[in-house]
Amino acid sequence: MHERTLLEQAQALQDGEVSSVELTQFYLNRIQAHDESLNSFVTVTGAQALAQAEAADRARSAGEAGPLTGVPLAHKDIFCTRGVRTTCGSRMLDNFVSPYDATVVERLQAAGMVMLGKTNMDEFAMGSSNENSCYGPVRNPWDPERVPGGSSGGSAAAVAARLAPAATATDTGGSIRQPATFCGVTGLKPTYGRVSRFGMVAYASSLDQGGMLGVSAEDCAALLGTMAGFDSRDSTSVDHPVPDYQKELKQPVDGLRLGLPKEFFDDRLDARIRASVEEAVAAWEGQGAQLVEISLPNLPLATPAYYVIASAECSSNLARYDGVRYGHRCADPEDLEDLFCRSREEGFGAEVRRRIMIGTYALSAGYREAYYDRARRVRQLIRRDFQQAFEKVDAIAAPVSPVLPFRLGEKTQDPVAMYLIDCYTIPVNLAGLPGLSLPARPVDGLPTGVQLIGNYFDEARLLGLGAAWQRETDWHRQVPPGFA
Amino acid sequence: MDLTAETVRGIAKLARLRPNPDEEQRLIQDLGAILEFFAQLSEAEVDGIEPMAHPLEVDQRMREDEVTEPDRREDYQEIAPDAREGLYRVPAVLDSD
Amino acid sequence: MSEWETVIGLEIHTQLSTRSKLFSAASTQYGAEPNRQACGIDLALPGVLPVVNCEAIRMAVMFGLAVGAKIRTPCVFARKNYFYPDLPRGYQISQYELPIVEGGTVEIELQDGSHRQIELTRAHLEEDAGKLLHEGYAGESAVDLNRAGVPLMEIVSEPQMRSPEEASAYMRTLHGIVTFLGICDGNMEQGSFRCDANISMRQKGEKELGVKVELKNINSFRFVERALRYEQQRQVDALESGKPIIQETRQYDPGTDRTRPMRVKEYADDYRYFPDPDLLPVVVDESIQAELAESLPELPQARKTRLIDQHALSADLATVLVQSRQWADYFEATVEAGASASTAARWITGEVFARMHKESTELAEPPVSADSLAQLLKCIDSGVVSNSAAKEVLAAMWKGEGEAEEIIEVRGLRQVGAGADLDQWVDQAIEAHPDEVEQYRGGKDRLLGFFVGQVMKASGGKADPKQVSEQLRTKLQSD
Repeated sequence: MHERTLLEQAQALQDGEVSSVELTQFYLNRIQAHDESLNSFVTVTGAQALAQAEAADRARSAGEAGPLTGVPLAHKDIFCTRGVRTTCGSRMLDNFVSPYDATVVERLQAAGMVMLGKTNMDEFAMGSSNENSCYGPVRNPWDPERVPGGSSGGSAAAVAARLAPAATATDTGGSIRQPATFCGVTGLKPTYGRVSRFGMVAYASSLDQGGMLGVSAEDCAALLGTMAGFDSRDSTSVDHPVPDYQKELKQPVDGLRLGLPKEFFDDRLDARIRASVEEAVAAWEGQGAQLVEISLPNLPLATPAYYVIASAECSSNLARYDGVRYGHRCADPEDLEDLFCRSREEGFGAEVRRRIMIGTYALSAGYREAYYDRARRVRQLIRRDFQQAFEKVDAIAAPVSPVLPFRLGEKTQDPVAMYLIDCYTIPVNLAGLPGLSLPARPVDGLPTGVQLIGNYFDEARLLGLGAAWQRETDWHRQVPPGFA
Repeated sequence: MDLTAETVRGIAKLARLRPNPDEEQRLIQDLGAILEFFAQLSEAEVDGIEPMAHPLEVDQRMREDEVTEPDRREDYQEIAPDAREGLYRVPAVLDSD
Repeated sequence: MSEWETVIGLEIHTQLSTRSKLFSAASTQYGAEPNRQACGIDLALPGVLPVVNCEAIRMAVMFGLAVGAKIRTPCVFARKNYFYPDLPRGYQISQYELPIVEGGTVEIELQDGSHRQIELTRAHLEEDAGKLLHEGYAGESAVDLNRAGVPLMEIVSEPQMRSPEEASAYMRTLHGIVTFLGICDGNMEQGSFRCDANISMRQKGEKELGVKVELKNINSFRFVERALRYEQQRQVDALESGKPIIQETRQYDPGTDRTRPMRVKEYADDYRYFPDPDLLPVVVDESIQAELAESLPELPQARKTRLIDQHALSADLATVLVQSRQWADYFEATVEAGASASTAARWITGEVFARMHKESTELAEPPVSADSLAQLLKCIDSGVVSNSAAKEVLAAMWKGEGEAEEIIEVRGLRQVGAGADLDQWVDQAIEAHPDEVEQYRGGKDRLLGFFVGQVMKASGGKADPKQVSEQLRTKLQSD
């Protein structure tokens, strides 16, 4: 059963081949059997999952089932879930039980989906390797010595190991797409404003976007249709019609103009990954896509601009964790300052503290103009570069990560080297565009991926290109040895 | 980028963090390296470029002036580290400015 | 004092009278149990987001239009970052570089009747913080976040006031404007209208500003004047004895009528303002501006002029009546219901005000409606009751004993006017005192008072003295 895609499982439920309770129990068993080594879940909600599955089965027998009713999935532990703790991978929120559901959680639940549990992640979504979780690192199912990528490492590893048919995730600078590539699964970061951020713990508000990790592009399309849409509780969500993504998938590739930005194929890119990306591009060309060389001249400035903006916003977003109303509070504070400083010093891990420090500095008197204001102007330039490119092309193809999944501990001593791993995913967040990461031909048994970048609200086109390729290949269907 | 211990301490104070001496050394190094990395931004040609607010250049939507939030004090205070008689408690604050 | 010039600028915080908060749908009602009106957004729970209340925007635009300011569109909300237990997010959402209202002018009137124009720098929207309670929590402080998120409009003046009197006149004028606009309840005891005052001294003729001192959180017109007067003297004394003025924040203590420095922070605050990425630029369409401009109510200054012109009121009475929209409205409603303007103005600013202030419990509005008051005032004007009897009637109406006419009848307070009784009493008085009649007719006019007294005595005080003296005069002369 676990070798099937989410939509195939939905079909099995519909056909009565399996009940939701059976399917849910099956995944709970797999989590129990395999997750000790992976550490992809922070919380497994067995009893609640089975209760939800029973309700789904009842709805089905009452003839009230929707297309996704009874299908299990996991939520990244950044989405607030009422009654179930939401830790964000942080000691700060180790005891935090949210009094409300995130909009994403609410919508998927309303569609009848069953929550298996909450997945591990880099603390407050800050990281590219999932080594920054207070619950320990997540391991890559393809090689336990290697990282699964981050920050949605738990979601990616869980889907790759087929401990869940799909998982929600978030992407601020690549946190969906990069772990998707490292773990060999499909991941979509939608257009900024496409999916509500309400109830999604904030890292960098102007960049954060919720999305999902799944086995196939079609699975992602099905989930996006449920998750997307305007939410009056999120002022930055956009009131734009939600198309029937699954229907739109069938649009032909023939005649599409596919852009290849030279700045994405530079010398930072591992040659073996380049070969895998080029193979995918050639496949689309074979299906009738027209390849166009393009340039995004401001791209080299994207990574520093991103880290200035993200750190600045995070330094402010994380100021609410002060030990007063919820979350970690230090023992026996001497005075108010002690309460604030010690609760925060103890509650946050090293990388989060580092980014708070950098962001505070970048906003402080005398430096804001040189760092924060300038970075926001660079952001505008990058957005323009993409807008000009989309006058010439319908979608852009690029690598996701310049490197293969690396070993645990390999880059933890050098923050800047770690930041540069996101160089191909970050520009998409700065511009607010949708990006899709698809598994490509592995290198030495390690997954690689190709990235498709679309114009605003053009998720359907990306998913269509992805589905067209996945009809010809089976990289996305491969299950890591040991999890078969 | 030369970052002094004093600057790092000042920033930590603003951010309400309290690094120990070892961490402070580490921060001086790391932040220095990161700021050096940021220095590339000075090469950008941004004269006359407006800072970006929202990728889609949309305007603020507003809500009507209606009270729709119910009283959920008990729910909210159940997760509080220290709330009694409906009030959050903190060490004495000396001046109420 | 003559060589020193006082420079004062005011920052006035007005609480906007919206039903819900600036960024959440929790109630703004005053006086709820602690934290019952603090929702997830006000508590800054993880993942919740602010959503702008359109009414607050409309109110700020109304204010801007009323003072002839520029409405900036789009305007931008920014975060002011600092830590404090009453500030749940660790930042206050305010406006910094692009406030909604820019510029504008208000005209103030001084005691001597002269007028001055004071320019505004800006007015911006921001959220209030919660409340910290210090007393009775065993060495701890307690946090109530009901007030967190309540909308405030901060109105910043240019440093153009030259005396404490001007500052207080300015504060009164703005109070009048925001209450007449209906955007602030003006309740100063509950802190709905409060100010911070910046004051510095410089030599007359000097262009540069002196070192300024900020007086925080003053919530009365009287206190702002007293606090500034004290501070003015303190600064002049210091300067004249060669001591420098320290730039600091001070607090006024009404008990001692002095200002004292507030706790000096360990290090200067660096608020790290930046545009709030959870909110987008706010656009106020031309059409909305036009619609609001159309619906602006009459402001105190214009209303005063109209009251003088339309109702022939004295400037003094008109000034008193326009001190609040409520009283100006009450006055006009009373006149509308048939009372004469002069009697209405006199009675409202006299008896009614006195009763309002006498009440131990705060009354929001007089218990006697404008209609009912008008009925009483008509009785006075037509001579049905005397002035003194009318006071008794009003007291009874105040207690809810009924309408004027009813009370007059029940208590037998009807004044006796022209009629059989009066004729009879006048005749009797003349007949009973022939000597005095003789003397009066001989030119001893003063004796009229004597006859009036006789008639009043006979009537048991119910006769209208004016009519009595008129009748007496006629009869004494004609015979």
